Amino acid sequence: MSIAAILRTGPFVTRIETDISAITHGLRQLYAPDQLLMDVEFSDFDVAVVRPLLRRWYRPQATFLFDGHPPFLPLPLAHAVPLLEWGLNWAISLHAHEYLIVHAAVIERDGFAAIMPGVPGAGKSTLASALAHRGWRILSDELALISFEDRRVVPLERPINLKNESIEVIRRFAPDAAFSPIFRGTSKGDVALMRPSAGGVACRSQRAIPAWIIFPKYINGLPAELERKRKAQFLLTLASNAFNFSMHGRRGFELMADIVDQCECFRFSYAELDEAVEIFAGLRPPERLASRQ
Amino acid sequence: MKRSASADSVDEDRRLTLVRAALCDPSRVTTQSPAEWNLLISQARRAGLLARLGETLHAAGLLEAVPDVPRRRIEAERMLAAKHAVDVKRELAFIQKALARTGVPIILLKGTAYAIAQLPPARGRVFNDIDILVPRNRIAEVEAALRLEMWNTTDVDAYDDRYYRNWMHQIPPLTHVARQTVLDVHHTIVAGTTQIELTAHKLFEAAVPTAHDPGLKVLAPADMILHSAAHLLNEGKFDRGLRDLDDMSLLLRHFGTKPGFFEALVERAAELDLRRPLFYALRYTATLLETPVPADIRNADRLKPPRPALRAFMDLLFEQALRPDHPSCRDGFSGIALWLLYVRAHHLLMPAHILVPHLLRKAYVRRFKEEGRKG
Repeated sequence: MSIAAILRTGPFVTRIETDISAITHGLRQLYAPDQLLMDVEFSDFDVAVVRPLLRRWYRPQATFLFDGHPPFLPLPLAHAVPLLEWGLNWAISLHAHEYLIVHAAVIERDGFAAIMPGVPGAGKSTLASALAHRGWRILSDELALISFEDRRVVPLERPINLKNESIEVIRRFAPDAAFSPIFRGTSKGDVALMRPSAGGVACRSQRAIPAWIIFPKYINGLPAELERKRKAQFLLTLASNAFNFSMHGRRGFELMADIVDQCECFRFSYAELDEAVEIFAGLRPPERLASRQ
Repeated sequence: MKRSASADSVDEDRRLTLVRAALCDPSRVTTQSPAEWNLLISQARRAGLLARLGETLHAAGLLEAVPDVPRRRIEAERMLAAKHAVDVKRELAFIQKALARTGVPIILLKGTAYAIAQLPPARGRVFNDIDILVPRNRIAEVEAALRLEMWNTTDVDAYDDRYYRNWMHQIPPLTHVARQTVLDVHHTIVAGTTQIELTAHKLFEAAVPTAHDPGLKVLAPADMILHSAAHLLNEGKFDRGLRDLDDMSLLLRHFGTKPGFFEALVERAAELDLRRPLFYALRYTATLLETPVPADIRNADRLKPPRPALRAFMDLLFEQALRPDHPSCRDGFSGIALWLLYVRAHHLLMPAHILVPHLLRKAYVRRFKEEGRKG
């Protein structure tokens, strides 16, 4: 038996077919009711998470399908929910060329966005999750979608992927946060998905003006520090963190240059989330942007 | 959540013809339901024809009429195809530079040729590798020059390497270490042992320079179609089958307007011993993609058509293989049809006493490798 869900995440509509009850359950748990649509609509992506026939009983597996074909190898059935989340990231980052896509977490406050790229393990998801419980809103955990039309960041409304120690850290930091069960022993270690804090529908679709680019780095034992950096260097680093920078050619370069130019650029190292929250609370958007809001 | 598969809400007949119908008569898409749109986009993307569909709709002035969601998927794919067209030119410049010292003549094949010679199939064509043809007796020199400039073979074991060199029309694919671009170096257009040297020689003689760069040649029009036909209908790999058929359809429409073209094409097929693949190519471009091929040419005795029973059977197989590679286009017969065509391709290539051990080894090694990767 196969069940189809139609999921709206930010600008995208995805048809998800599945014969795995953990997926239908996970979708209800991790997404807001109005993100799960009832009727057949136009969809951007056609995906499925299904159990391959040959591995139904012996060490059962789950396969992610895009347009009916598996872009990657199956995972253990118990990891079906993170597999869907990673599959959706893959689908967006490889196909949504209407945006400039940067591998980064994005948080927003008062209409201004902080774009936080960083290598896996730098603590960007942890930092974003913590800030989401202290006055900021998460636009995206993994993918910063930058619009060519209005040069704003488009919210993606997806659960946040927390790994290993971060899961417990955020549970303690924000006891009211809603989590999926912990998926143990995935290729990225233990993983839990955190549901983004509820906001109104109108608020959820609101785009934000990029105001800060911040490369976070978790460094145990040091006081939190925000260090201003040269923009030229940031442009290169940001470009290397983009999925489709070269695809857009000159247009992409100009958009990226404009964004870096209008933003304040920092490196941020931290160990304690409370200190991080305090420093982020003190961020002010650059003057010439403040008037645009 | 609801229990309805989008594919199921589209009739079976429609499901199998969505992509072809949209390419042949783009005005049909204006009346499509959302479920049909979703399936069309998904099938076209699998078939490697989404950008081509976009260009077709654009040329017909219909792109603006496409609903928002499918339109942005089409536009994104058109951007990707446009980017590929730029990349191919740049990559070719690197290849030319690497081969400059050798002075070897280069003939471009397939997508690369269409892009540089600005032929109709270049529109909205997404491709992953570059194909060039060089004389067989210069291949060692070419390979050495490319390796010096950091093109390298990857993931090819000793058996595969020998198989390529003995049985294929190309050396193992070369990947550039820094740019990760893939280059296929061919020495003829048809695999196998029969008449290779002779065929290749004739192709080089007839090749034509491109306006883009006289140092880069492409196959003569008839040879280009014959190459495409041999490649698609004799090689047993159909994941981009419909796209390759559409390439041929566009080439036939383009070159076919010249008086006498089809007669010359048949003549050339006889000369290069490629009558059977041309017969099928003309048959399926006409029946599946409405390509205007004169009826007397399609059934010309000089093409040595297969007997009616065999023809009917091959129609069944090829109709399956030339569908988009999407689950909504597959049925209980698909697996066996594709398998038969795969075995046929190898049978055309090599004698049975080599074929059987080769296929067994391939089946065994693939399984072995997959298990290994799963750990």
